[in-house]
Amino acid sequence: MEKIDITEAAAKIVNQLKTQHGDLIFHQSGGCCDGSSPMLFPKGELYLDESDILLGTIEGVNFYMNKDQFEYWKHTHLTVDITEGRGSSFSLEIPLGLRFIIHSRLLTQ
Amino acid sequence: MNFSKPKFKEKYFNFINGKFVPPIGGEYFENTSPIDNSLIAKYPRSQKEDVELALDAANDAKEAWGNTSATERATLLNKVADIIEANLEEFALVETCDNGKPIRETLNADIPLAIDHWRYFAACIRSEEGSATELDQHTLSMNIKEPLGVIGQIIPWNFPLLMLSWKLPPALVTGNCVVLKPAEQTPSTATLLMEKIADVFPPGVINIIHGFGTEAGKPLASSSRVDKVAFTGETTTGQLIMQYASKNLNPVTMELGGKSPNIFFNSVMDQDDAYLDKAIEGAVLFAFNQGEVCTCPSRLLIQEDIYDAFIERVITRTKAIIQDSPYDPNTMVGAQASNDQYEKIKSYFKIGIDEGAKVLTGGEANKLKGDLANGFYIKPTILEGHNKMRVFQEEIFGPVVCVTKFKDEAEAIEIANDTLYGLGAGVWTRDAHQLYQIPRAIKAGRVWVNCYHAYPAHAPFGGYKKSGFGRENHVMMLNYYRQTKNMLISYDKNKLGFF
Repeated sequence: MEKIDITEAAAKIVNQLKTQHGDLIFHQSGGCCDGSSPMLFPKGELYLDESDILLGTIEGVNFYMNKDQFEYWKHTHLTVDITEGRGSSFSLEIPLGLRFIIHSRLLTQ
Repeated sequence: MNFSKPKFKEKYFNFINGKFVPPIGGEYFENTSPIDNSLIAKYPRSQKEDVELALDAANDAKEAWGNTSATERATLLNKVADIIEANLEEFALVETCDNGKPIRETLNADIPLAIDHWRYFAACIRSEEGSATELDQHTLSMNIKEPLGVIGQIIPWNFPLLMLSWKLPPALVTGNCVVLKPAEQTPSTATLLMEKIADVFPPGVINIIHGFGTEAGKPLASSSRVDKVAFTGETTTGQLIMQYASKNLNPVTMELGGKSPNIFFNSVMDQDDAYLDKAIEGAVLFAFNQGEVCTCPSRLLIQEDIYDAFIERVITRTKAIIQDSPYDPNTMVGAQASNDQYEKIKSYFKIGIDEGAKVLTGGEANKLKGDLANGFYIKPTILEGHNKMRVFQEEIFGPVVCVTKFKDEAEAIEIANDTLYGLGAGVWTRDAHQLYQIPRAIKAGRVWVNCYHAYPAHAPFGGYKKSGFGRENHVMMLNYYRQTKNMLISYDKNKLGFF
């Protein structure tokens, strides 16, 4: 069952950033100031290994989450959306005055 | 007395090599106040070349600064403390405007604590001594502490001047030069500070660069011309910064997220006295600073036999919180720092309720009147559920606490430690054995016992598990910014006899 989806508005921004930065990946961050939010990075920027779970691919962009965190998230379906805001982190959309956020709902199986 | 939005210039610059300089690319970003979403001012949207300028200045200054005496450096730190103190109200007002936190907090907590950290580290360096050991009759081992050189510091937006004052003084007083990037949500007090102390330090010792993480933070964190990076923020960025540091074989310290348990044993309700009153306030401290604290006591654990009686009083106290204009000295909870935080918190309400959590109070945005209607206000919220729910496991960074009950000590410890994080924890009990044994069993760097949310300069602070590593505050902090030079001296006139 699909675990991850993306809204049209967020997809538009992902594609815009793809043109600018090339291939991209999402990584769901853990806690603190700007955490619990998806981070969009150039592919290859963040070192990934077997401790990162691939949840799915949205707009050709792989979405990863750390295995430990996935244990608490695995029963939920996630939708990547975009909102106005000024998150601070290394995520690529931030200079646009936008921030990706996650909407969640329970997986119904 | 009521306060109002302070006056700002149209735009501000970076502080490099003792001067305010515009960004080379000429680009700026608009910084807004979360109180009413109004414009504060424009700040530099710095790029790699601006960071390189700051690194030039810091590297040029490091030798001379590293050779100044401890006396001289401590004197300058004390001067900074005096300057902030003389302008306390101005700093508090600017901080409130930029971050959205109540003026009551900036006047009485943020700024006074920031001042104290400058004084504390000035005192530390003056009272410290190195070590020398006579290893044998002819051999002396001397340990001399040397500065690392140039430090890159990236700080968060939840306590802007205070986090700056946790990071800058220990780095400076040990003889390092610093390039610091404030969070892009809250660049104002760092800039105000540099306006006030522009001439205190030699040029290049402190450099402040504004901008976005991916454009200014990354070139700073990945530069081979910094000798250490200190970061406060979330886990993924923490991992990225460690990756960059690994390329340069640089040390890092990481202060990351938390999901701190606040545990109340049944003895707290043995009497209805001042202590119980304090304990109830301790549970309601989840709403302190709008919940925007890495150590927010966001999981409330209550022993089952007092659960109903205790939570009732916590709900009553939470409902009595005054949420209004942060400029009003009576306001206890202000605005969330930005729209994306505000939206994120609301999305957590949804998933919490989907997972079966019950809203005991709050659970929605607070639509205030007038200009404040454009601000980002969330009602202090209590969600009742169990520890496997996502709202119990993820840092919401809002005025939201998730409450559950436990049977006995073993279950309290099990729930407390069932988290990826280990930054803070609270233990409340009148039982002398529990006072020691429970904190020892909790895997967290700071356990408050019969108190919460105190951050004295003299107590080390930092995380276990995915909350990071390294400590901040306390005299031990000095060694996070130094190398140890060991001089091994022989006073023996005779050769070894090998060759």
